[in-house]
Amino acid sequence: MNIIKEIHNVWNIVGRNKVRSFLTMLGIVIGIMSVIVVMSVGAGAQSLILNQVSSLGSNLVGILPGQSEDEGPPASAMGIVITTLKYEDIKSLVGPEFPYIVAATAYVRGVDTVNWGDNKTDTNFVGVSAALPEVEDTNVSIGRFFSEEEEKSLARVAVLGSQTAKDLFEGTDPIGKQIRIKKTSFTVIGVMGERGSSGFQNQDNQIYTPITTAQKLLLGIDYVSFGRVKVDGAENVDKTVEYVKQVLRERHKITNPEEDDFSVRTTAQGLDALTNITNALKIFLSAIAAISLIVGGIGIMNIMLAAVQERTREIGLRKAVGAKNSNIITQFLIETVMITFMGALMGILLGTLISFAAGKVAQSLGYHWDIVVSLSSVLAACVVGVSIGLVFGIVPARRASKLNPIEALRYE
Amino acid sequence: MALIEVKNLTKSYENDGVATSVLYGLNFKIEKGEFVAIMGPSGSGKSTLMHILGFLDKLTAGSYIFEGKDVSGLTDDELAEMRSNQVGFVFQAFNLLPRTTVLENVMLPLTYVKMDQAERIKKSKEALIAVGLEHRLNHFSNQLSGGEKQRVAIARSLVNNPAVIFADEPTGNLDSKSGLQVMRILQSLNEAGRTIILVTHEKYTADHARRILRVKDGLIIEDVEVAKRLFAKDGEELMK
Repeated sequence: MNIIKEIHNVWNIVGRNKVRSFLTMLGIVIGIMSVIVVMSVGAGAQSLILNQVSSLGSNLVGILPGQSEDEGPPASAMGIVITTLKYEDIKSLVGPEFPYIVAATAYVRGVDTVNWGDNKTDTNFVGVSAALPEVEDTNVSIGRFFSEEEEKSLARVAVLGSQTAKDLFEGTDPIGKQIRIKKTSFTVIGVMGERGSSGFQNQDNQIYTPITTAQKLLLGIDYVSFGRVKVDGAENVDKTVEYVKQVLRERHKITNPEEDDFSVRTTAQGLDALTNITNALKIFLSAIAAISLIVGGIGIMNIMLAAVQERTREIGLRKAVGAKNSNIITQFLIETVMITFMGALMGILLGTLISFAAGKVAQSLGYHWDIVVSLSSVLAACVVGVSIGLVFGIVPARRASKLNPIEALRYE
Repeated sequence: MALIEVKNLTKSYENDGVATSVLYGLNFKIEKGEFVAIMGPSGSGKSTLMHILGFLDKLTAGSYIFEGKDVSGLTDDELAEMRSNQVGFVFQAFNLLPRTTVLENVMLPLTYVKMDQAERIKKSKEALIAVGLEHRLNHFSNQLSGGEKQRVAIARSLVNNPAVIFADEPTGNLDSKSGLQVMRILQSLNEAGRTIILVTHEKYTADHARRILRVKDGLIIEDVEVAKRLFAKDGEELMK
């Protein structure tokens, strides 16, 4: 018996039970499709985030509270709140003693439903320094950004993101209007130009207030969650990193660098860290999607066991006309593998279509989104499909081969 | 040299440690070209005997010599080889594959033989011509009458050119006219030199053979030539 002939025979058997074969392979179709979509959308999202971060420029240095590996995720990414980094730390970095730093800002964040009269919108409010436009290379499109004096005096002024302005004011000029954030009135003094998304943050749907105001009046904290300094040129970034570390160690009275309670990151390091985080997320989500493959495999095993029972007489007949146990095992294994392999192919096709559609939607929304269905993920899906067929097909196949031909022929 | 020779053939089954004997030390020979009916009532052991002779089952004691070779101790795979090359089966319940064409059903035994697909098709068509069903090649098995199904089964048993055909109650599920057709085909195959072993509980069916081995309670109680052999011919019974 040659394997091609056997595949041809099994193809006929599968073809005779089209509906059942399709339902059997559905679990695998969905499983493979999910993995392909997760991998592809993950890769698209990863490229989006990395592109946006790298577009920030290579002359920025970030300061995070808490110690972290150079390429590992910061503590804040794991939901840990560290209170050791203060606004004063960030402010102290700017000065004539280190002229390479041209500007610095710190950040604190919160979420609230903001309202103007009866209009409401859910948004983020971000407490930043007056130097934010200079650090992030951005500016207001209407009105003005707040000044250092307003920052010092805890002024209740707000600059809206372009989306927030639209949501809240619907065409009315927002300048001079009073909005309420966490029951505190703020005067709108400006609206930012459109900025797009940065990572998972929609920068157009947020409200900027002086950091001091946000800390005292809105959040009731005295620490910051992030700091960023702008260096005059990329060639001075390494020097700046060392300087920032030195200043913070002095301010925090740290003598041993291993006890640093902060991390200093360049954009390049940030990109590495983000790549690691997004890779981990991709693998995690793929693993969840892969669980459906196991469920699909168990479903196939169940149906094949039922098929063995249903086809007991056929197995008895095949044995009576000369089939060896190995022929029966081969037949049922090929049948299972063929079903899972076809399921994998359909899953790849559907997954690719969905990934493509998702990518097109993201692109139409203005995101820089790469549509990636890698050859390796397609090959992996095929290998997984065949492996599932082999693993979950072996039990039914062995059971079929062990049937006694006489009893099998008598089976009613 | 006899085609089949059994010496002191014994078969017993063991269930939960309790041995049940089915066949008790049988001795007989069957020559090439014979048409033998193994006849006996239900539970006599005739089917068990056919299963052993047809390499579907193993004997417990004694010996089974096929074409001069002792085949008593064959492994499962060796038994499968013998079934593939030396014997063909016709069953009472036809046992055709459902939703499969007549040609594919007849080809089934050749699936397990190394052979070109064209050769398989050629041999299967020849077998179907031998049973007069060459016009039904591409019909599905469920589109056939009972008699036609059994003729397809006979073609299937012939296709690997076996040394012997075992027919287990081949007319049991058929009306008398179809039954006669089947017996006529078996008789004509025998006329052409094919060895046929027929298992039946009916004297009438057994009388179509040349020789009857009568089995009762696991013993051969009679081994005789058929005195008044029946010949099935074109739907009517002729007596020689």
